[in-house]
Amino acid sequence: MVRFEHVGLRYGTPAGSGQPGQGKPSLAPEVLRDLSFTLPQGSFHWLLGPSGAGKSSLLALMHLALRPSRGEVEILGHRLAGARRAALPALRRRIGVVYQDFRLLPHLSVFDNVALPMRVAGRPEAQLRADAAEMLRWAGLERKLTALPATLSGGEQQRVAIARAVVMRPALLVADEPTGNLDGPQARRVLALLQEMHRLGTTVVVATHAETLVAEHPGPALWLAEGRLVRHG
Amino acid sequence: MADGMGIPARQPAVPRLRRSRGRDPLGLRRALSDRLLPALVAAMALLAALALAGSRGAAELTARWEGGAAAAMTVQLPANAGAARLARGLAALEAMPEVTRAQPMDQARMAALLRPWLGEAPAMALPVVIELQLAGLPVAPEALARRIAAAVPGASVESHGVWVARLVALARSLQAVALAALALVAGIAAAVVAVAVRAGIAARREAIAILHDLGATDADIAGRFAQRAGWLVAAGAAAGTLLAVPVLAGFADLAAPLLGGQPAESMLDWPWTSLPWEALAPLPLLAAGLGWLTAQVTVRRWLRRLP
Ligand SMILES: Nc1ncnc2c1ncn2[C@@H]1O[C@H](COP(=O)(O)OP(=O)(O)OP(=O)(O)O)[C@@H](O)[C@H]1O
Ligand SMILES: [Mg+2]
Repeated sequence: MVRFEHVGLRYGTPAGSGQPGQGKPSLAPEVLRDLSFTLPQGSFHWLLGPSGAGKSSLLALMHLALRPSRGEVEILGHRLAGARRAALPALRRRIGVVYQDFRLLPHLSVFDNVALPMRVAGRPEAQLRADAAEMLRWAGLERKLTALPATLSGGEQQRVAIARAVVMRPALLVADEPTGNLDGPQARRVLALLQEMHRLGTTVVVATHAETLVAEHPGPALWLAEGRLVRHG
Repeated sequence: MADGMGIPARQPAVPRLRRSRGRDPLGLRRALSDRLLPALVAAMALLAALALAGSRGAAELTARWEGGAAAAMTVQLPANAGAARLARGLAALEAMPEVTRAQPMDQARMAALLRPWLGEAPAMALPVVIELQLAGLPVAPEALARRIAAAVPGASVESHGVWVARLVALARSLQAVALAALALVAGIAAAVVAVAVRAGIAARREAIAILHDLGATDADIAGRFAQRAGWLVAAGAAAGTLLAVPVLAGFADLAAPLLGGQPAESMLDWPWTSLPWEALAPLPLLAAGLGWLTAQVTVRRWLRRLP
Protein backbone atom coordinates (compact mmCIF):
# COMPACT_ATOMS: atom_id res chain seq x y z
CA MET A 1 0.00 0.00 0.00
CA VAL A 2 1.06 3.54 -0.76
CA ARG A 3 -0.41 6.36 1.30
CA PHE A 4 0.34 10.07 0.95
CA GLU A 5 -1.02 12.57 3.44
CA HIS A 6 -0.60 16.32 2.90
CA VAL A 7 2.74 15.68 1.26
CA GLY A 8 4.82 18.61 0.04
CA LEU A 9 8.18 18.50 -1.70
CA ARG A 10 10.68 21.19 -2.53
CA TYR A 11 14.10 20.59 -4.01
CA GLY A 12 17.27 21.98 -2.54
CA THR A 13 16.56 20.90 1.01
CA PRO A 14 19.23 18.79 2.69
CA ALA A 15 19.14 15.30 1.24
CA GLY A 16 17.15 12.84 3.25
CA SER A 17 16.45 15.20 6.11
CA GLY A 18 13.05 16.23 4.89
CA GLN A 19 13.67 19.54 6.58
CA PRO A 20 13.08 22.81 4.75
CA GLY A 21 16.27 24.80 4.11
CA GLN A 22 17.26 26.31 7.39
CA GLY A 23 15.83 29.81 7.36
CA LYS A 24 17.01 30.46 3.83
CA PRO A 25 15.31 33.64 2.64
CA SER A 26 14.58 32.28 -0.88
CA LEU A 27 13.13 28.79 -0.55
CA ALA A 28 12.71 26.86 -3.77
CA PRO A 29 9.00 26.61 -4.64
CA GLU A 30 7.14 23.44 -3.76
CA VAL A 31 7.01 21.14 -6.78
CA LEU A 32 4.49 18.88 -5.04
CA ARG A 33 1.80 20.49 -2.96
CA ASP A 34 -0.45 18.93 -0.39
CA LEU A 35 -0.86 15.52 -1.99
CA SER A 36 -3.19 13.09 -0.26
CA PHE A 37 -4.17 9.72 -1.73
CA THR A 38 -4.03 6.01 -1.07
CA LEU A 39 -3.14 3.25 -3.54
CA PRO A 40 -4.32 -0.15 -2.30
CA GLN A 41 -1.95 -3.11 -2.35
CA GLY A 42 -2.06 -4.90 -5.68
CA SER A 43 -3.59 -2.00 -7.62
CA PHE A 44 -2.51 -0.62 -11.00
CA HIS A 45 -2.45 3.17 -11.47
CA TRP A 46 -1.50 5.49 -14.25
CA LEU A 47 0.23 8.70 -13.24
CA LEU A 48 -0.71 11.42 -15.73
CA GLY A 49 -0.11 15.10 -16.20
CA PRO A 50 1.70 17.61 -18.38
CA SER A 51 5.46 17.83 -18.49
CA GLY A 52 6.81 19.44 -15.33
CA ALA A 53 3.69 18.57 -13.34
CA GLY A 54 5.77 16.58 -10.86
CA LYS A 55 5.27 12.98 -11.95
CA SER A 56 8.92 11.98 -11.66
CA SER A 57 9.18 13.77 -8.33
CA LEU A 58 6.15 11.90 -7.01
CA LEU A 59 7.61 8.55 -8.14
CA ALA A 60 10.94 9.48 -6.52
CA LEU A 61 9.10 9.89 -3.23
CA MET A 62 7.47 6.49 -3.73
CA HIS A 63 10.76 4.68 -4.30
CA LEU A 64 12.57 6.54 -1.52
CA ALA A 65 14.98 8.46 -3.70
CA LEU A 66 13.62 11.61 -2.06
CA ARG A 67 12.06 12.28 1.29
CA PRO A 68 9.14 14.68 1.60
CA SER A 69 9.61 18.20 2.87
CA ARG A 70 6.35 17.91 4.76
CA GLY A 71 3.49 15.51 5.27
CA GLU A 72 3.49 11.77 5.76
CA VAL A 73 4.42 9.13 3.21
CA GLU A 74 3.68 5.52 4.01
CA ILE A 75 5.15 2.84 1.73
CA LEU A 76 4.41 -0.86 2.24
CA GLY A 77 3.41 -0.21 5.83
CA HIS A 78 6.44 1.96 6.70
CA ARG A 79 5.95 5.58 7.64
CA LEU A 80 8.87 7.58 6.32
CA ALA A 81 8.63 10.73 8.42
CA GLY A 82 10.20 9.15 11.46
CA ALA A 83 12.13 6.40 9.69
CA ARG A 84 15.83 6.03 10.37
CA ARG A 85 18.06 6.28 7.31
CA ALA A 86 19.44 2.83 8.08
CA ALA A 87 15.95 1.32 7.76
CA LEU A 88 15.49 2.46 4.16
CA PRO A 89 17.75 0.06 2.20
CA ALA A 90 15.69 -2.97 3.25
CA LEU A 91 12.53 -1.17 2.14
CA ARG A 92 14.09 -0.11 -1.18
CA ARG A 93 14.76 -3.75 -1.99
CA ARG A 94 11.02 -4.39 -1.98
CA ILE A 95 10.43 -1.64 -4.54
CA GLY A 96 11.19 -2.03 -8.22
CA VAL A 97 11.95 1.07 -10.28
CA VAL A 98 11.99 1.58 -14.03
CA TYR A 99 13.69 4.89 -14.67
CA GLN A 100 12.85 7.23 -17.49
CA ASP A 101 16.52 7.03 -18.62
CA PHE A 102 16.96 3.29 -17.74
CA ARG A 103 20.03 3.87 -15.53
CA LEU A 104 21.71 0.60 -16.46
CA LEU A 105 25.32 0.16 -15.39
CA PRO A 106 27.26 0.60 -18.64
CA HIS A 107 30.19 -1.66 -17.76
CA LEU A 108 28.02 -4.62 -16.71
CA SER A 109 26.49 -7.14 -19.06
CA VAL A 110 22.72 -7.44 -19.43
CA PHE A 111 22.83 -10.47 -17.19
CA ASP A 112 24.83 -8.73 -14.45
CA ASN A 113 22.59 -5.68 -14.60
CA VAL A 114 19.56 -7.85 -13.97
CA ALA A 115 21.36 -9.88 -11.30
CA LEU A 116 22.47 -6.72 -9.50
CA PRO A 117 19.46 -6.24 -7.19
CA MET A 118 19.82 -9.83 -6.00
CA ARG A 119 23.54 -9.41 -5.43
CA VAL A 120 22.86 -6.20 -3.52
CA ALA A 121 20.39 -8.15 -1.40
CA GLY A 122 23.06 -10.76 -0.73
CA ARG A 123 21.41 -13.69 -2.53
CA PRO A 124 23.72 -16.67 -2.98
CA GLU A 125 25.25 -16.73 -6.44
CA ALA A 126 23.95 -20.23 -7.20
CA GLN A 127 20.32 -19.19 -6.59
CA LEU A 128 20.30 -15.88 -8.33
CA ARG A 129 21.69 -17.11 -11.65
CA ALA A 130 18.62 -19.12 -12.46
CA ASP A 131 16.28 -16.30 -11.40
CA ALA A 132 18.07 -13.69 -13.48
CA ALA A 133 18.18 -15.98 -16.49
CA GLU A 134 14.47 -16.72 -16.17
CA MET A 135 13.63 -13.04 -15.84
CA LEU A 136 15.62 -12.24 -18.98
CA ARG A 137 13.80 -14.98 -20.85
CA TRP A 138 10.52 -13.50 -19.63
CA ALA A 139 11.60 -10.16 -21.06
CA GLY A 140 12.64 -11.78 -24.35
CA LEU A 141 16.33 -11.06 -23.88
CA GLU A 142 17.74 -14.56 -23.66
CA ARG A 143 20.01 -13.90 -26.65
CA LYS A 144 21.51 -10.77 -25.13
CA LEU A 145 22.79 -12.02 -21.80
CA THR A 146 26.40 -11.04 -22.35
CA ALA A 147 25.75 -7.85 -24.30
CA LEU A 148 26.65 -4.50 -22.83
CA PRO A 149 23.77 -1.99 -22.55
CA ALA A 150 25.32 0.38 -25.07
CA THR A 151 24.99 -2.28 -27.79
CA LEU A 152 21.21 -2.66 -27.26
CA SER A 153 18.33 -0.82 -28.88
CA GLY A 154 16.24 1.55 -26.77
CA GLY A 155 13.44 -0.99 -26.47
CA GLU A 156 15.86 -3.72 -25.41
CA GLN A 157 17.43 -1.45 -22.82
CA GLN A 158 13.98 -0.62 -21.54
CA ARG A 159 13.20 -4.32 -21.14
CA VAL A 160 16.48 -4.89 -19.33
CA ALA A 161 15.50 -2.07 -16.99
CA ILE A 162 12.13 -3.72 -16.40
CA ALA A 163 13.70 -7.13 -15.81
CA ARG A 164 16.01 -5.55 -13.24
CA ALA A 165 13.05 -3.82 -11.58
CA VAL A 166 10.99 -6.98 -11.20
CA VAL A 167 13.64 -9.63 -10.59
CA MET A 168 13.26 -9.30 -6.82
CA ARG A 169 9.45 -9.75 -7.12
CA PRO A 170 8.88 -6.30 -5.64
CA ALA A 171 5.75 -5.48 -3.68
CA LEU A 172 5.71 -2.07 -5.36
CA LEU A 173 6.74 -1.32 -8.94
CA VAL A 174 7.03 2.24 -10.20
CA ALA A 175 7.81 3.01 -13.83
CA ASP A 176 8.63 6.48 -15.15
CA GLU A 177 7.74 6.89 -18.84
CA PRO A 178 8.59 3.25 -19.52
CA THR A 179 7.43 3.58 -23.11
CA GLY A 180 8.88 7.06 -23.68
CA ASN A 181 11.22 6.30 -26.59
CA LEU A 182 9.48 3.25 -27.98
CA ASP A 183 7.32 2.67 -31.03
CA GLY A 184 3.80 1.26 -30.68
CA PRO A 185 4.55 -2.49 -30.67
CA GLN A 186 7.54 -2.11 -28.37
CA ALA A 187 5.51 0.08 -26.03
CA ARG A 188 2.69 -2.45 -25.86
CA ARG A 189 5.18 -5.19 -25.17
CA VAL A 190 6.68 -3.24 -22.26
CA LEU A 191 3.25 -2.49 -20.87
CA ALA A 192 2.37 -6.17 -21.04
CA LEU A 193 5.31 -6.93 -18.80
CA LEU A 194 4.14 -4.35 -16.26
CA GLN A 195 0.59 -5.67 -16.31
CA GLU A 196 1.88 -9.19 -15.84
CA MET A 197 3.55 -8.01 -12.61
CA HIS A 198 0.27 -6.43 -11.56
CA ARG A 199 -1.52 -9.73 -12.09
CA LEU A 200 1.08 -11.38 -9.86
CA GLY A 201 0.04 -9.08 -7.01
CA THR A 202 2.46 -6.18 -7.26
CA THR A 203 1.25 -2.61 -6.76
CA VAL A 204 2.13 -0.84 -10.01
CA VAL A 205 2.33 2.89 -10.77
CA VAL A 206 3.17 3.97 -14.32
CA ALA A 207 3.83 7.59 -15.23
CA THR A 208 3.29 8.33 -18.89
CA HIS A 209 2.50 10.87 -21.60
CA ALA A 210 1.28 8.22 -23.98
CA GLU A 211 -2.43 8.90 -24.18
CA THR A 212 -3.05 6.23 -26.79
CA LEU A 213 -1.55 3.65 -24.48
CA VAL A 214 -3.78 4.78 -21.61
CA ALA A 215 -6.77 4.71 -23.90
CA GLU A 216 -5.98 1.12 -24.85
CA HIS A 217 -5.63 0.11 -21.24
CA PRO A 218 -8.06 2.21 -19.23
CA GLY A 219 -7.59 2.05 -15.50
CA PRO A 220 -7.49 4.17 -12.38
CA ALA A 221 -5.20 7.20 -12.64
CA LEU A 222 -3.67 10.04 -10.65
CA TRP A 223 -3.73 13.35 -12.54
CA LEU A 224 -1.13 15.89 -11.55
CA ALA A 225 -0.99 19.54 -12.58
CA GLU A 226 1.53 22.01 -11.20
CA GLY A 227 2.29 19.76 -8.29
CA ARG A 228 -1.30 19.24 -7.23
CA LEU A 229 -3.49 16.20 -7.48
CA VAL A 230 -6.34 17.33 -9.71
CA ARG A 231 -8.11 14.01 -10.17
CA HIS A 232 -7.91 10.54 -8.70
CA GLY A 233 -9.91 7.69 -10.11
CA MET B 1 1.91 -10.15 -24.86
CA ALA B 2 5.66 -10.44 -24.69
CA ASP B 3 7.21 -12.88 -27.10
CA GLY B 4 9.31 -14.31 -24.34
CA MET B 5 6.34 -15.27 -22.24
CA GLY B 6 4.69 -18.62 -22.47
CA ILE B 7 7.21 -19.81 -25.04
CA PRO B 8 8.90 -22.93 -23.68
CA ALA B 9 12.29 -21.47 -24.46
CA ARG B 10 15.37 -23.56 -23.83
CA GLN B 11 17.27 -22.65 -20.72
CA PRO B 12 19.57 -19.81 -21.76
CA ALA B 13 23.26 -20.41 -21.22
CA VAL B 14 24.22 -18.54 -18.09
CA PRO B 15 27.44 -16.69 -18.78
CA ARG B 16 30.32 -17.72 -16.60
CA LEU B 17 33.12 -15.37 -17.48
CA ARG B 18 31.13 -12.32 -16.52
CA ARG B 19 30.94 -13.57 -13.01
CA SER B 20 33.94 -11.67 -11.73
CA ARG B 21 32.69 -8.52 -13.41
CA GLY B 22 29.31 -8.87 -11.82
CA ARG B 23 31.07 -8.90 -8.50
CA ASP B 24 32.44 -5.45 -9.27
CA PRO B 25 29.31 -3.46 -10.12
CA LEU B 26 31.00 -0.19 -9.25
CA GLY B 27 33.82 -0.87 -11.71
CA LEU B 28 36.35 -0.22 -8.97
CA ARG B 29 39.04 -2.17 -10.74
CA ARG B 30 39.33 0.82 -13.06
CA ALA B 31 38.10 3.59 -10.79
CA LEU B 32 40.67 2.66 -8.13
CA SER B 33 43.45 1.60 -10.45
CA ASP B 34 46.24 -0.71 -9.46
CA ARG B 35 48.96 1.66 -10.70
CA LEU B 36 49.27 4.95 -8.89
CA LEU B 37 47.99 4.12 -5.43
CA PRO B 38 50.18 1.03 -4.83
CA ALA B 39 53.22 2.88 -6.21
CA LEU B 40 52.71 5.81 -3.87
CA VAL B 41 52.04 3.51 -0.96
CA ALA B 42 55.16 1.47 -1.79
CA ALA B 43 57.29 4.61 -1.60
CA MET B 44 55.73 5.49 1.73
CA ALA B 45 56.10 1.97 3.08
CA LEU B 46 59.79 2.15 2.18
CA LEU B 47 60.10 5.35 4.19
CA ALA B 48 58.10 3.87 7.03
CA ALA B 49 60.30 0.77 7.12
CA LEU B 50 63.42 2.94 7.22
CA ALA B 51 61.98 5.07 9.98
CA LEU B 52 60.88 2.02 11.91
CA ALA B 53 64.25 0.32 11.61
CA GLY B 54 66.01 3.57 12.42
CA SER B 55 64.01 3.91 15.57
CA ARG B 56 64.77 0.29 16.47
CA GLY B 57 68.49 0.76 15.80
CA ALA B 58 68.62 3.93 17.84
CA ALA B 59 66.89 2.16 20.71
CA GLU B 60 69.38 -0.68 20.51
CA LEU B 61 72.37 1.66 20.55
CA THR B 62 70.83 3.55 23.46
CA ALA B 63 70.42 0.40 25.50
CA ARG B 64 73.96 -0.66 24.70
CA TRP B 65 75.62 2.60 25.52
CA GLU B 66 73.56 3.48 28.54
CA GLY B 67 75.62 1.16 30.74
CA GLY B 68 78.74 3.11 29.84
CA ALA B 69 77.07 6.35 30.76
CA ALA B 70 76.11 5.19 34.23
CA ALA B 71 79.28 6.61 35.74
CA ALA B 72 79.45 9.70 33.65
CA MET B 73 82.73 10.78 35.25
CA THR B 74 85.50 9.11 37.20
CA VAL B 75 88.08 10.82 39.37
CA GLN B 76 91.41 9.11 39.91
CA LEU B 77 93.66 9.73 42.92
CA PRO B 78 97.28 8.56 43.06
CA ALA B 79 97.81 5.13 44.58
CA ASN B 80 99.60 6.56 47.55
CA ALA B 81 96.73 8.84 48.51
CA GLY B 82 95.81 7.97 52.04
CA ALA B 83 92.42 7.43 53.56
CA ALA B 84 92.32 10.99 54.86
CA ARG B 85 92.94 12.42 51.41
CA LEU B 86 90.28 10.13 49.95
CA ALA B 87 87.77 11.30 52.55
CA ARG B 88 88.57 14.96 51.86
CA GLY B 89 88.22 14.35 48.16
CA LEU B 90 84.86 12.61 48.57
CA ALA B 91 83.59 15.43 50.78
CA ALA B 92 84.71 18.06 48.29
CA LEU B 93 83.11 16.20 45.40
CA GLU B 94 79.81 15.65 47.15
CA ALA B 95 79.69 19.30 48.02
CA MET B 96 79.57 20.16 44.32
CA PRO B 97 76.01 20.82 43.12
CA GLU B 98 76.41 18.75 39.91
CA VAL B 99 77.40 15.62 41.81
CA THR B 100 74.64 13.47 43.29
CA ARG B 101 76.91 10.72 44.53
CA ALA B 102 80.64 10.07 44.78
CA GLN B 103 81.78 6.56 45.61
CA PRO B 104 85.21 4.99 45.62
CA MET B 105 85.44 1.94 43.41
CA ASP B 106 85.84 -1.21 45.44
CA GLN B 107 89.52 -2.27 45.42
CA ALA B 108 88.59 -5.92 45.04
CA ARG B 109 86.46 -5.13 41.99
CA MET B 110 89.24 -3.08 40.46
CA ALA B 111 91.73 -5.86 41.09
CA ALA B 112 89.38 -8.24 39.34
CA LEU B 113 89.08 -5.86 36.40
CA LEU B 114 92.83 -5.55 36.10
CA ARG B 115 93.69 -9.18 36.70
CA PRO B 116 94.12 -10.06 33.03
CA TRP B 117 96.82 -7.42 32.70
CA LEU B 118 98.47 -7.39 36.10
CA GLY B 119 98.19 -10.95 37.27
CA GLU B 120 96.84 -12.45 40.45
CA ALA B 121 98.69 -10.33 43.01
CA PRO B 122 99.59 -6.98 41.54
CA ALA B 123 102.93 -5.82 42.79
CA MET B 124 102.08 -2.20 42.26
CA ALA B 125 99.52 -0.35 44.32
CA LEU B 126 96.34 0.39 42.47
CA PRO B 127 95.12 3.96 42.13
CA VAL B 128 92.00 5.06 43.95
CA VAL B 129 89.11 5.59 41.55
CA ILE B 130 86.00 7.55 42.52
CA GLU B 131 82.89 7.09 40.41
CA LEU B 132 80.68 10.14 40.14
CA GLN B 133 76.98 10.16 39.46
CA LEU B 134 75.96 13.50 38.06
CA ALA B 135 72.62 15.20 38.50
CA GLY B 136 72.41 15.73 34.75
CA LEU B 137 74.61 15.84 31.72
CA PRO B 138 77.09 18.72 32.24
CA VAL B 139 76.81 21.47 29.66
CA ALA B 140 80.60 21.96 29.68
CA PRO B 141 82.30 18.78 30.91
CA GLU B 142 85.79 20.25 30.49
CA ALA B 143 85.02 23.14 32.82
CA LEU B 144 83.54 20.74 35.37
CA ALA B 145 86.65 18.57 35.12
CA ARG B 146 88.86 21.60 35.75
CA ARG B 147 86.85 22.59 38.81
CA ILE B 148 87.01 19.04 40.16
CA ALA B 149 90.77 18.98 39.64
CA ALA B 150 91.01 22.25 41.53
CA ALA B 151 88.79 20.99 44.36
CA VAL B 152 90.61 17.71 44.74
CA PRO B 153 94.34 18.36 44.43
CA GLY B 154 96.27 15.73 42.50
CA ALA B 155 93.15 14.19 40.95
CA SER B 156 92.87 13.36 37.27
CA VAL B 157 89.37 13.44 35.80
CA GLU B 158 88.07 11.08 33.15
CA SER B 159 84.89 12.21 31.41
CA HIS B 160 84.42 9.86 28.44
CA GLY B 161 81.15 8.79 30.01
CA VAL B 162 79.82 12.25 29.35
CA TRP B 163 80.31 11.74 25.65
CA VAL B 164 78.65 8.39 25.78
CA ALA B 165 75.72 10.02 27.54
CA ARG B 166 75.61 12.68 24.84
CA LEU B 167 75.48 9.96 22.19
CA VAL B 168 72.68 8.31 24.10
CA ALA B 169 70.75 11.56 24.19
CA LEU B 170 71.34 11.95 20.45
CA ALA B 171 70.20 8.42 19.78
CA ARG B 172 67.09 9.06 21.85
CA SER B 173 66.17 12.13 19.86
CA LEU B 174 66.85 10.24 16.64
CA GLN B 175 64.43 7.64 17.86
CA ALA B 176 61.82 10.29 18.56
CA VAL B 177 62.37 11.83 15.12
CA ALA B 178 62.03 8.41 13.49
CA LEU B 179 58.75 7.76 15.27
CA ALA B 180 57.47 11.20 14.29
CA ALA B 181 58.45 10.47 10.68
CA LEU B 182 56.55 7.19 10.92
CA ALA B 183 53.43 8.98 12.16
CA LEU B 184 53.79 11.55 9.39
CA VAL B 185 54.14 8.86 6.72
CA ALA B 186 51.04 7.13 8.06
CA GLY B 187 49.13 10.41 7.93
CA ILE B 188 50.22 11.11 4.36
CA ALA B 189 49.32 7.57 3.34
CA ALA B 190 45.83 8.02 4.76
CA ALA B 191 45.50 11.32 2.90
CA VAL B 192 46.63 9.70 -0.37
CA VAL B 193 44.09 6.91 0.06
CA ALA B 194 41.36 9.44 0.83
CA VAL B 195 42.16 11.41 -2.32
CA ALA B 196 42.22 8.26 -4.45
CA VAL B 197 38.92 7.09 -3.00
CA ARG B 198 37.31 10.48 -3.58
CA ALA B 199 38.46 10.38 -7.19
CA GLY B 200 36.98 6.87 -7.43
CA ILE B 201 33.68 8.12 -6.01
CA ALA B 202 33.62 10.98 -8.49
CA ALA B 203 34.23 8.55 -11.36
CA ARG B 204 31.47 6.20 -10.18
CA ARG B 205 28.94 8.68 -8.85
CA GLU B 206 26.12 7.40 -11.03
CA ALA B 207 26.84 3.72 -10.33
CA ILE B 208 26.91 4.46 -6.60
CA ALA B 209 23.57 6.26 -6.86
CA ILE B 210 22.07 3.28 -8.72
CA LEU B 211 23.34 0.80 -6.16
CA HIS B 212 22.00 3.01 -3.39
CA ASP B 213 18.58 3.17 -5.08
CA LEU B 214 18.57 -0.61 -5.46
CA GLY B 215 18.81 -0.88 -1.69
CA ALA B 216 22.53 -1.18 -1.09
CA THR B 217 23.49 -0.16 2.42
CA ASP B 218 26.23 2.34 3.17
CA ALA B 219 28.18 -0.54 4.66
CA ASP B 220 27.92 -2.45 1.39
CA ILE B 221 29.08 0.42 -0.82
CA ALA B 222 31.79 1.57 1.58
CA GLY B 223 32.89 -2.04 2.01
CA ARG B 224 33.48 -2.42 -1.74
CA PHE B 225 35.71 0.64 -1.80
CA ALA B 226 37.45 -0.34 1.43
CA GLN B 227 38.19 -3.85 0.24
CA ARG B 228 39.68 -2.60 -3.00
CA ALA B 229 41.69 0.12 -1.26
CA GLY B 230 42.85 -2.32 1.40
CA TRP B 231 44.21 -4.76 -1.19
CA LEU B 232 45.93 -2.07 -3.21
CA VAL B 233 47.55 -0.60 -0.11
CA ALA B 234 48.60 -4.03 1.15
CA ALA B 235 50.25 -4.82 -2.18
CA GLY B 236 52.02 -1.47 -2.31
CA ALA B 237 53.15 -1.66 1.29
CA ALA B 238 54.45 -5.21 0.85
CA ALA B 239 56.50 -4.11 -2.16
CA GLY B 240 57.85 -1.07 -0.31
CA THR B 241 58.79 -3.10 2.74
CA LEU B 242 60.56 -5.70 0.61
CA LEU B 243 62.52 -2.92 -1.09
CA ALA B 244 63.58 -1.64 2.31
CA VAL B 245 65.04 -4.96 3.46
CA PRO B 246 68.38 -4.86 1.57
CA VAL B 247 68.79 -1.18 2.45
CA LEU B 248 68.29 -1.98 6.11
CA ALA B 249 70.63 -4.96 6.02
CA GLY B 250 73.29 -2.68 4.53
CA PHE B 251 72.77 -0.16 7.30
CA ALA B 252 72.92 -2.87 9.92
CA ASP B 253 76.22 -3.99 8.43
CA LEU B 254 77.57 -0.44 8.63
CA ALA B 255 76.44 -0.18 12.23
CA ALA B 256 77.92 -3.54 13.23
CA PRO B 257 81.16 -2.07 14.62
CA LEU B 258 79.13 0.23 16.89
CA LEU B 259 77.51 -2.83 18.39
CA GLY B 260 80.74 -4.67 18.91
CA GLY B 261 80.69 -6.63 15.65
CA GLN B 262 82.58 -6.66 12.37
CA PRO B 263 81.48 -5.41 8.93
CA ALA B 264 80.71 -8.32 6.63
CA GLU B 265 82.84 -9.33 3.66
CA SER B 266 79.91 -9.76 1.25
CA MET B 267 76.22 -8.99 1.09
CA LEU B 268 75.45 -12.60 1.92
CA ASP B 269 77.04 -12.10 5.30
CA TRP B 270 75.06 -8.97 6.07
CA PRO B 271 73.19 -9.32 9.34
CA TRP B 272 69.91 -10.29 7.66
CA THR B 273 68.60 -12.10 10.67
CA SER B 274 69.18 -9.18 13.01
CA LEU B 275 66.75 -6.94 11.09
CA PRO B 276 63.67 -5.97 13.11
CA TRP B 277 61.52 -8.50 11.29
CA GLU B 278 58.85 -8.48 13.98
CA ALA B 279 58.34 -4.78 13.26
CA LEU B 280 58.64 -4.99 9.47
CA ALA B 281 56.42 -8.01 8.87
CA PRO B 282 53.18 -6.41 10.16
CA LEU B 283 53.80 -3.22 8.15
CA PRO B 284 51.78 -4.27 5.04
CA LEU B 285 48.98 -5.51 7.27
CA LEU B 286 48.87 -2.31 9.30
CA ALA B 287 48.99 -0.25 6.11
CA ALA B 288 46.12 -2.27 4.66
CA GLY B 289 44.13 -1.64 7.82
CA LEU B 290 44.82 2.07 7.55
CA GLY B 291 43.76 2.09 3.89
CA TRP B 292 40.63 0.09 4.62
CA LEU B 293 39.62 2.39 7.47
CA THR B 294 40.33 5.56 5.49
CA ALA B 295 38.23 4.31 2.58
CA GLN B 296 35.39 3.35 4.91
CA VAL B 297 35.31 6.78 6.54
CA THR B 298 35.67 8.65 3.23
CA VAL B 299 32.88 6.74 1.47
CA ARG B 300 30.48 6.73 4.41
CA ARG B 301 30.87 10.46 4.86
CA TRP B 302 30.15 10.98 1.17
CA LEU B 303 27.12 8.67 1.23
CA ARG B 304 25.44 10.72 3.92
CA ARG B 305 24.36 13.16 1.22
CA LEU B 306 22.10 10.48 -0.30
CA PRO B 307 18.63 10.02 1.22
N1 LIG C 1 16.59 17.85 -9.18
C1 LIG C 1 15.74 18.89 -9.26
N2 LIG C 1 16.09 20.06 -8.71
C2 LIG C 1 15.27 21.13 -8.76
N3 LIG C 1 14.09 21.10 -9.36
C3 LIG C 1 13.67 19.97 -9.95
C4 LIG C 1 14.50 18.81 -9.94
N4 LIG C 1 13.85 17.82 -10.58
C5 LIG C 1 12.67 18.36 -11.00
N5 LIG C 1 12.57 19.65 -10.62
C6 LIG C 1 11.44 20.51 -10.86
O1 LIG C 1 10.30 19.90 -10.34
C7 LIG C 1 9.18 20.10 -11.21
C8 LIG C 1 8.58 18.77 -11.53
O2 LIG C 1 9.53 18.00 -12.25
P1 LIG C 1 9.28 16.50 -12.61
O3 LIG C 1 10.51 15.96 -13.24
O4 LIG C 1 8.78 15.80 -11.39
O5 LIG C 1 8.11 16.64 -13.68
P2 LIG C 1 7.50 15.52 -14.62
O6 LIG C 1 6.03 15.57 -14.41
O7 LIG C 1 8.16 14.22 -14.38
O8 LIG C 1 7.85 16.07 -16.05
P3 LIG C 1 8.13 15.21 -17.39
O9 LIG C 1 6.81 14.72 -17.85
O10 LIG C 1 8.72 16.21 -18.32
O11 LIG C 1 9.06 14.12 -17.03
C9 LIG C 1 9.71 20.83 -12.42
O12 LIG C 1 9.36 22.20 -12.29
C10 LIG C 1 11.18 20.67 -12.35
O13 LIG C 1 11.82 21.83 -12.81
MG1 LIG D 1 9.45 12.96 -15.53
